[in-house]
Amino acid sequence: MGTFAYFPHTEEDIRAMLDRIGVASLDGLYSDVPDDFLYKRDYDLPSAMSEQQVRDFFESLGQKNTRLKVLVGQGAYDHYVPAVIPYITSRSEFLTSYTPYQSEISQGTLRYIFEWQSMICRLTGMDVSNASMYDGPTAAAEALRMMVACGRRRNKVIVSSFLLPCVLKVVRTYMKYAGIELVVTDDVLSELGPDVAGVLVPQICKYGYVQDLTGFADKIHHCGALFAVYCDPSTLAVLESPAELGADIAVGDGQSLGIPLNYGGPYVGFLSCREALMRKLPGRIVGQTLDADGRRCFVLTLQAREQHIRREKATSNICSNESLMALWCTVYLSLMGPEGLRRVNELSSEGAHYLHDALLATGKFEDTHPGKVFINEFTLRPLRDAAALQQAFLDGGFFAGLQVDSGELAFCVTEKYGKDDLDALVKIVEDLA
Amino acid sequence: MKYYDKLIFELSRPGRSGYSLPASFAPGKGISLPENLRRKSSLDLPQVSEVDVVRHYTNLSQMNFGVDTGFYPLGSCTMKYNPKINEEIASHPLFSGLHPLQPEETVRGAREVIDGLDKALAAITGFRHFTFLPCAGAHGELTGLMIMREYHMARGDSARTKVIVPDSAHGTNPASAHVCGLEIVEVKSRPDGLVDVEDLKPLLGPDIAGIMMTNPNTLGLFEKDIKEIASLVHGCGGLLYYDGANMNPLLGKVRPGDMGFDILHLNLHKTFSTPHGGGGPGSGPVGVAESVLPYLHIPVTSGFHGNFAVMMRAYAYILMLGKENIRMAGPLAVLGANYIKESLKDVYKLPIGSVCKHEFVFDGLLNDGARDDVPGATTLDVAKRLLDYGFHAPTIYFPLLFHQALMIEPTETESKETLDAFIAVMRTIASEAAEDPQLLRSAPHNTPIRRPDETTAARNPIVKA
Repeated sequence: MGTFAYFPHTEEDIRAMLDRIGVASLDGLYSDVPDDFLYKRDYDLPSAMSEQQVRDFFESLGQKNTRLKVLVGQGAYDHYVPAVIPYITSRSEFLTSYTPYQSEISQGTLRYIFEWQSMICRLTGMDVSNASMYDGPTAAAEALRMMVACGRRRNKVIVSSFLLPCVLKVVRTYMKYAGIELVVTDDVLSELGPDVAGVLVPQICKYGYVQDLTGFADKIHHCGALFAVYCDPSTLAVLESPAELGADIAVGDGQSLGIPLNYGGPYVGFLSCREALMRKLPGRIVGQTLDADGRRCFVLTLQAREQHIRREKATSNICSNESLMALWCTVYLSLMGPEGLRRVNELSSEGAHYLHDALLATGKFEDTHPGKVFINEFTLRPLRDAAALQQAFLDGGFFAGLQVDSGELAFCVTEKYGKDDLDALVKIVEDLA
Repeated sequence: MKYYDKLIFELSRPGRSGYSLPASFAPGKGISLPENLRRKSSLDLPQVSEVDVVRHYTNLSQMNFGVDTGFYPLGSCTMKYNPKINEEIASHPLFSGLHPLQPEETVRGAREVIDGLDKALAAITGFRHFTFLPCAGAHGELTGLMIMREYHMARGDSARTKVIVPDSAHGTNPASAHVCGLEIVEVKSRPDGLVDVEDLKPLLGPDIAGIMMTNPNTLGLFEKDIKEIASLVHGCGGLLYYDGANMNPLLGKVRPGDMGFDILHLNLHKTFSTPHGGGGPGSGPVGVAESVLPYLHIPVTSGFHGNFAVMMRAYAYILMLGKENIRMAGPLAVLGANYIKESLKDVYKLPIGSVCKHEFVFDGLLNDGARDDVPGATTLDVAKRLLDYGFHAPTIYFPLLFHQALMIEPTETESKETLDAFIAVMRTIASEAAEDPQLLRSAPHNTPIRRPDETTAARNPIVKA
């Protein structure tokens, strides 16, 4: 013993501790386990590696990935990540703490969650946000459950088929087991009725186009249902906020606010709502109060909604969330401010429209959504073999033109990619026979 | 730790900014939104410089206590040391830059990480394969129960709508079952803290989908009757679900798959050393035995591949330990817990005295200092006083079986010196309680803030700035 870096015990320590306990050996600590359950061999695992060997191992695995310029969105966006963010989020006081149960020594976590909640409310126009959900898709599913919980025996939800596939598949899963009737349709308003608890629609559709949701809120509320909007928080710097759309709930994924692609995770979901729904909101919520000396401080609040108090009657089963990823977004939004976030949209939009027009000009695509409004993501119908195009993009160092359900190819441009990148992509199309 | 009172919004000055972005290259093609799609309200985000941001969050961090700050014996949370090589690996640009929808041939390294971790976890648990979609333990429970329902539905066994949960279970167990559309049936614990097999028997029938168990349970006790329980539940056609929150003491010693469990989740942020991040991100992969394998990938419970960067850390941890060191992880965790228990049981109430696994539960102070005119010190007061002495508090008021529960889990990464220091402080606090309980009732005294007014926070919620 004493030879492995993470275990500080010396032989003498172990002996002294066993003596205090009154057992003869470490095996004696398992005397309550029936002998036939004791695993007496080594696991079928490799031998211990040195730290350098582990580093080299992952380096060699990393070399098996292809580093590409990412011009696809579909729920994960390759925005630039400012250097400050990982620097702050890797501070071990943030990184190695857990849920802020002991508020007196967790004010750092509690304050940034309060700031995150405030920023989400400012982006969406909602009154209250929770401390985070796992990702946008699970936040959407929880929003639907929440609307049913508010719905006084209404057990049906209507969901737009224009939601991203990554959202729709999770929503379908949650609704199936929860026993909630799910209608997925192109035209949500035509399905409204007295049994509908809520409606979920995306502000930006799966093809990248901004939806005109004028009048949705009135029609949905008129039938007594709640209205939830799935949005990309980055684009809310320029797009109408869910509150302005008359929504009761705003959900989405915070990945576009400074979180790396990470091959799909960790990201962070947000779930925000109007004040009237606050006590049905799942997950943790941080609130402001005063301490015994009258100083401003922050605590986990409204915990009577949560699983550790209410068990099966809780609003959700969520316990651990994505707190550190909420910090990523909070630091990002602090750095960007209103103008920086607007610039990100402006630059992304410039790049996306530049690429859109240049691809059309090659004569090898057809615009199947003419006149539709988009920010950073669009789809075009290829007039040639899509697979050959996609392979040519990969060969040229791009992940671009992901095929969507309509057979079209989806492109997404962020502020990370400039004219040279986009011209190179267009040249690949031009050069293809 | 020192008190710092600002919110980032309060540092804001119009015209200041902390961003650096490239110049425009196609100015004519910028955003031109029609009136009906355009944001009308102003967006009141902070306007601060980069140095403002760095100082603000550095100040916030200094009001926080983490595993790297000191001993964090939070029961059922396995706050072990988080190795730093894991952080370096998880942020490697050849992985962190991968888009989740990239074609298979461009992400071979990432797939090898997932496959390698799958194989390693299978070896450690005795299960066949894992799904890595769940992002946390409760998310794993939900996914696992969905798999359980698929198993029954595939057999045309649609009447199995109930799941049995012990009264000592984590609160997430019944909550997850409810979200999964299952009814909860509670089975009682015996006075010795183990599941009451006699109470279980009449609950079993054709409506039971399965039982959720934690072994060792939340009292840190090994469920010795697990073989009989498994045979009873399987006998009625149900499945056994293993809540892996308490897997740590079994590392190197016992595989859940060998105890008759059919489905389990692991908490990579507990057993496999990934940092808890102030509440997440975690990762809650779900494993299945052979009979349940066909249903493993049916429930799609997160958008892409789960929390991949967390999986990277866990895999690095397993490779560092290797088969030689992982054998010791469980026993050393158990050693620490029993050492603390035996060193404090003369001053704290130990309701169940048998050998514990990774954690154990005290039921408050033996002498709380209460007199006719002076109320005694509670478990909450002990927890708050610990903060004054530079320790994180144990889990308190859980499990619900005892009114003054103090649930202590030290983990294998703490030295004897650290445990001795904790024991000494716990003894000091017990003496303080006996002499002057008010000192505890008004604690903490040395932290950035004193006790917060939680009642007002809940009655008049202020949840945004």
